[in-house]
Amino acid sequence: MADASAKQVLFEPIFSNNPIALQILGICSALAVTTSMNVTLVMCAAVIAVTAFANLAVSLVRTQIPGSIRIIVQMTIIASLVIVVDQVLKAYAYEISKQLSVFVGLIITNCIVMGRAEGFAMKNGPYLSFLDGIGNGLGYSVLLLFVAFFRELLGAGSLFGISLMPVVNEGGWYVPNGMMLLPPSAFFIIGLAIWALRVWKPDQIEEADYKMSRQTAKEAF
Amino acid sequence: MAKAKETVSRTLVVAAVLSIFFSVVVSTAAVVLRPAQVKNQNLDIKTNILSAAGLLPQGASAAEIEELFGEFEVRLVDLNTGEYVEPSVVNVQDPMKYDMYKAASDPSMSTNIPSSEDKAGIKRRPNVAKIYTMSENGEVTRVVLPIHGYGLWSTLYGFISLEGDLNTIEGLGFYAHAETPGLGGEVDNPRWKQQWVGKEVYDGERAEPQVRLVKGGVSADAADREHKVDALSGATLTSRGVEQLVNYWMSERGFAPYLQKLREGEV
Repeated sequence: MADASAKQVLFEPIFSNNPIALQILGICSALAVTTSMNVTLVMCAAVIAVTAFANLAVSLVRTQIPGSIRIIVQMTIIASLVIVVDQVLKAYAYEISKQLSVFVGLIITNCIVMGRAEGFAMKNGPYLSFLDGIGNGLGYSVLLLFVAFFRELLGAGSLFGISLMPVVNEGGWYVPNGMMLLPPSAFFIIGLAIWALRVWKPDQIEEADYKMSRQTAKEAF
Repeated sequence: MAKAKETVSRTLVVAAVLSIFFSVVVSTAAVVLRPAQVKNQNLDIKTNILSAAGLLPQGASAAEIEELFGEFEVRLVDLNTGEYVEPSVVNVQDPMKYDMYKAASDPSMSTNIPSSEDKAGIKRRPNVAKIYTMSENGEVTRVVLPIHGYGLWSTLYGFISLEGDLNTIEGLGFYAHAETPGLGGEVDNPRWKQQWVGKEVYDGERAEPQVRLVKGGVSADAADREHKVDALSGATLTSRGVEQLVNYWMSERGFAPYLQKLREGEV
């Protein structure tokens, strides 16, 4: 890990080590904020900013942090950054911040942010940590935008709020799939995305935890 | 080095320095961004009112919204007597600052609604409501009234706008709710809201509000068609909630006493 190059750190998390698809972290917000592309995009920008700067800050003070309170220190840094991001959104993107509501605040509990601070920034220099934050944020974003693309297109017949398939309720021909607007659909799409990714990169397939052994004893015959 | 990091005093110093530093960062952000946030919130309320009144042009700028809203007069109405009250009654300077939904949870400023009368499902009703009027030569030409009530999953908050006859609906819209997207959530659909325009709340002989949401659409020759609106398909409970809450707020328990006095020129 320590000798990772900048390029690796930045791009590995996008497909090879995607925080959602491979580590299965940050699923909760992936369900909640992916009903429209606009909202998702803002959420992604917020997460990228928080992961990057949290990593940077943690990495800068990493030699000073006493081990006994390191998790609290990381939490303080992350929470402060999230509050700042929330305030900025309320001031400059009010409409979208209303739709994101509580989920901006919940970035604090997003496992990706904490995981990278503890797992990477505590052991690496500020520059690499910053890039790692951006990389993991991008990995999160790629998957969220993928999910939002299908949810908004099939659920509302539009992308970025621009109607592509005019829906029946507005006099068009497309009967929207209402389930796409509800959280369960995100599970299906994430599942399919993980499947597709593992077909493309078979090294991500995990060993089965348990394999049923063959039946050898003849009992019921 | 590793040992020196772990002493108790050092831990305390690091914790203190970090807390102070981040408190400053967070409070600076809060203070600096406050004016922009307040502006956004006010603009949001004004946008909702204008959109309920059907006065909001597509993609209106902030300045246009302020200008349009400037034509409205903000007033406080005592729902029991139907008369205007001074802002000082509800302890505010500017009527715009009064929050009737906050007042609804304050026992001294609100009334319990007996469950038999609580059609809107709101449990408590503030004594004083904040309304918006537009007048021409001393005659009220438009009234925008706040309405809220329970749908299927959530309380819907919105506004209804009446024409100068205080009977014809000019617009209706909800700005906050959490109904099912695609079904009850269609209360936001502009095509559906358009149906409300021109409908009448009251019938000449009957003082009770008559608004009905009906299944299967309203044909041109239906009886009482001036009171009927097509219900939302697939959202029976949300539709029922909307019907109930509109009727509740237009009834004796809601704005009827005020509208009556306004019609007779007593306020």
